[in-house]
Amino acid sequence: MPFLSLKFNLQKRVKLAQGLWMLYWLAVIVGIILFSLGIFFKIELRKRSEIMDNNESHLVPNLLILVGMLSCGLNAFGGKLCHDSLDPQKFSKMKPMLRPYMLLCCGFNALLLLLVLLSFLMQFAVYLTLAEGLKNAIRFYKDTDTPGRCFMKRTLDMTQIEFRCCGNNNFRDWFEVQWISNRYLDMSNDVVKDRVLSNVEGKYLMDSVPFSCCNPGSPRPCIQHHLTNNSAHYDYDHRTEELNIWNRGCRQAVFSYYSGIMNSIGALLIFTIAGDVAGLKYLSTALETMADPENPECESEGWLLEKGFKETLADLLSKVKTFGRANQVEEGGASPDADAT
Amino acid sequence: MALLKMKFSQQRRVRLAQGLWLLSWLAVMCGAFIFCLGVYLKIELLRRDEVMEDTDIHAVPNLLMLVGLASIGANWVASRVCQDSLDASRFPRWKVLLLGWYAVAALLCCLLLAVVVLSYALQGRLEESLKVGLRNGIRFYKDTDVPGRCFQKETIDRLQMEFRCCGNNNFKDWFEIQWVSNRYLDFTSQEVKDRIRSNVDGRYLLDGVPFSCCNPASPRPCLQNQLTDSRAHYNYEYQSEELNLYSRGCRQALTDYYMGLMNSTGPGVLSVILIQLSVLLSMRYLQTAVDGAMALESPEGESEGYILEKDVKATYAEVKAKALDLLKFAQVDPASEAAGAEEGEKAAEASAKAATPPPAS
Repeated sequence: MPFLSLKFNLQKRVKLAQGLWMLYWLAVIVGIILFSLGIFFKIELRKRSEIMDNNESHLVPNLLILVGMLSCGLNAFGGKLCHDSLDPQKFSKMKPMLRPYMLLCCGFNALLLLLVLLSFLMQFAVYLTLAEGLKNAIRFYKDTDTPGRCFMKRTLDMTQIEFRCCGNNNFRDWFEVQWISNRYLDMSNDVVKDRVLSNVEGKYLMDSVPFSCCNPGSPRPCIQHHLTNNSAHYDYDHRTEELNIWNRGCRQAVFSYYSGIMNSIGALLIFTIAGDVAGLKYLSTALETMADPENPECESEGWLLEKGFKETLADLLSKVKTFGRANQVEEGGASPDADAT
Repeated sequence: MALLKMKFSQQRRVRLAQGLWLLSWLAVMCGAFIFCLGVYLKIELLRRDEVMEDTDIHAVPNLLMLVGLASIGANWVASRVCQDSLDASRFPRWKVLLLGWYAVAALLCCLLLAVVVLSYALQGRLEESLKVGLRNGIRFYKDTDVPGRCFQKETIDRLQMEFRCCGNNNFKDWFEIQWVSNRYLDFTSQEVKDRIRSNVDGRYLLDGVPFSCCNPASPRPCLQNQLTDSRAHYNYEYQSEELNLYSRGCRQALTDYYMGLMNSTGPGVLSVILIQLSVLLSMRYLQTAVDGAMALESPEGESEGYILEKDVKATYAEVKAKALDLLKFAQVDPASEAAGAEEGEKAAEASAKAATPPPAS
């Protein structure tokens, strides 16, 4: 009893072939979209690789680019197949290629499935890389004279402005590092000397944040320095002040941006798989089971699976078992020999 | 002596019709492109509406949108005419429309040229409008509690960060106004009282700028306050410090941005003008060639296509005569009026004579 079978007469087959031809060209367009999405994602990762310690994994965008190109090729070939399917001469030439093409498509869909899993699972890796990278970025903020790190300040400032965030978890991360370079500190000044001596490592720590943490939506000109000291500013209470600087941490902000991209990639891939699988299977089975190949106008059946779902699974399992047993010696074969001797 | 005459065989006419059909669909796409360009420009102008005083510059995108829509319509009509052109029964009904179509197409080309000219001519007005708008924006920066102006601060801050500029002409504009609201000033403090008394208007003026003027590319954490005092900060020289704040003024930045937008659309608009002109000329050739073919005894034969039936001077004289005729239609013709007047007088005399005899008898 075939699984989800439908009857097809000539007209319906023609309609199916035409519909599938359009679907295949749509799938080519989707392949192009996947390719450009991969390139976009790769560029976005590169843009911010400094705050990820230059350590980020480019596995997902690289695979996506590959998948996009493969998808274009396979679906263009599938479209050509549909185009030739209703002409019996051309189809009989194509018929031997059909089975390998189907297998290739199945393999391709397995790759797509893998990519879906990766795009959901790699988000953890991105999160961890971001946490580490931002911590280092805040530490190296002041090193604008060290080769290799001289643009860290600008990158981190632009990130905080663009993503509307401050620090790693929140703004207090800035209180724990020295973010003003010693070049700009007057070491002969008493205040500076006090601060430097007040902690074990001799760092100049302040309860201040850089200007890029400022929120333009605050009704008050930005208060950057002496944030925890209420008496330093008129009419200021640091416990109730919410709009002055950004409350969100950059790890959270940047991560939600990237996870948004990866989730939409995953969703698009699932949609692509679903569209691909059903269509070609219907058409190829409809055409293979033409009862009378000479008479193109007869009815035929098309299905998704040859037998029912459970039977197909049982079939697959038995095939796998026989494959495993190929190495074992068969018991039935051994005993007549034993009896003969 | 026709202008730019060309011979068209049946096959050439068919080719011309097909080519013109494709060209007119291309022109429809170009019209859509011009429309989208107008929409994009308008949205960009509307986004910065708050720092612009008047809306003269909106003439450019408005005109672009109008021309885009009209061009889509006109070129769609052209493609329909092409489809009917080789069918002798359906072509004549388009004849009346074609004269109007030529006028519309020529007008569209002129309007597109006007757009290009306007986008350069209105640059001065744009700068003026931005100057006044930015001055007001900076003046009302502190009024975050006044309804209608409470978002001025956020607008100016975001503008300065996005366009990497500071103040109207440069950062010194911030020294001349009070940009810290009185709500956040401690009037019991001696420093505040000194500053307020130091100028006639009683304003709290600083040599400081808002945080949005800070340049992230500076190697040093941003210095916002006491900018003119080299001793207030370690290792700081006011005269030679370049990277600390943005050096450009926002008026210059915005003008450059909009001029850049309009200049980059210049080549696109010029190529659309060229396409429209070629559609116009090809349509004229097609019309005259098909008309000539229909007038022949054998419609499959060769016919002539031209742009103008006579040469420029003769056509101009003809058009002038027709126009004058049209004007004269409103005047009474002097010769026929004289004849009519005499007849009228005779009739009046006759009736007067007929009326007077009875009293005499």
